[in-house]
Amino acid sequence: MALVYCGACSHAPGITARAERADTQTRQALETALHRMGDDIRATRPDALVVVAAEHFANFFMNNMPAFAIGMADDYEGPIEDEGFLRIARRRIPGDKALSRRLIEGVMQTVDVAYAEEWKFDHGISVPLHFLTPGYDLPIVPANINCQGPPLAPLSRAWAFGEALRAAADAVPERIALVATGGISHWPATPDSGKINEAWDREFLRRWAANDRAALLSYSDAEIYRDAGQGGFEIRTFIAAAAAARGGKGTIDFCEPIPIFAVSCTTARLEIAA
Amino acid sequence: MSLYQVQKLIWQLNRDPRTRERWGRERDALLAEYEVSDEERRALVEPDIGLLYVLGVNGQLLMHFAALHKIEWNAYLEAMRQGLRTHGPVREGVYAATGYEGVEAHDARLKRQWEAR
Repeated sequence: MALVYCGACSHAPGITARAERADTQTRQALETALHRMGDDIRATRPDALVVVAAEHFANFFMNNMPAFAIGMADDYEGPIEDEGFLRIARRRIPGDKALSRRLIEGVMQTVDVAYAEEWKFDHGISVPLHFLTPGYDLPIVPANINCQGPPLAPLSRAWAFGEALRAAADAVPERIALVATGGISHWPATPDSGKINEAWDREFLRRWAANDRAALLSYSDAEIYRDAGQGGFEIRTFIAAAAAARGGKGTIDFCEPIPIFAVSCTTARLEIAA
Repeated sequence: MSLYQVQKLIWQLNRDPRTRERWGRERDALLAEYEVSDEERRALVEPDIGLLYVLGVNGQLLMHFAALHKIEWNAYLEAMRQGLRTHGPVREGVYAATGYEGVEAHDARLKRQWEAR
């Protein structure tokens, strides 16, 4: 059928783990924006949701690290984190192995993606799903870009991965929604947790909303590390979504820095160009 | 220096209930399966979150290792700061401290900005 929804949102664990420590009004506005995003996804009547995330050693480690991976199972489990820490109950989440396989075969035409028949979701997927699909009734196809353990795939390959996901989604009969999750600038899990380069975030999102491929791919990892922290490497997921939209412009629905959540919390959607 | 081995053990502890069970019941035998230095072993067993941070353990692994030991968020952040004071800068990896005003001061600054909008 086609890609029917393409968007991006934050996945910071603090959004649930430290919810009460944020300014109440700002937190409620973020949660409303995430729920609104879920409504928008459902309004496109998707058969499955591809979540392009940047996981944090839940499944992949430096012993065997894929640059790109896609899950291929009929169900998954998450969150892997301590339930008391993340404040999200562990559960089984539906997948669709046959659909995953067809999407993977499509992606493989241009990107050498790894596949995984088991996958434990961490906060990178579980926090978004907690708000976007709280009924856990939409089959999920998890996808991952290594943004944690350098060497990392170049931004141009994240773009290629997004293009490959788009081509694969357009080639299956199902209606596919895609959400990229990640932080923009952030220094998570360090003594600097909470530091946010808001100006850098706004400029990145300006380029993203314009779907300006050249500008999005112009950052070097050294520049990202300097200006946006090691967490900034996760812009790869946003870049993949921009590529999947094939030039479609974006709208930033919500973007506010929330230090206790460690990022500029964001929800955004891209138009899907033909 | 065997940061990879330290991180591998922490990764297994974070994701595998049986490894966690062995960590409680037969820690020495478990540790013997990983090639870690005396300093790394000491940091793991104590646990010395600050030293593990300085050794270069990725924060996405370390924060869950801290949670496993019931070290709450602020105490985790403070342990890393204490590690920097005691042991000096982060020796390896990409999780170095770069300087930050702190969440409370940052929140106050943002609040002033919002009020001025």
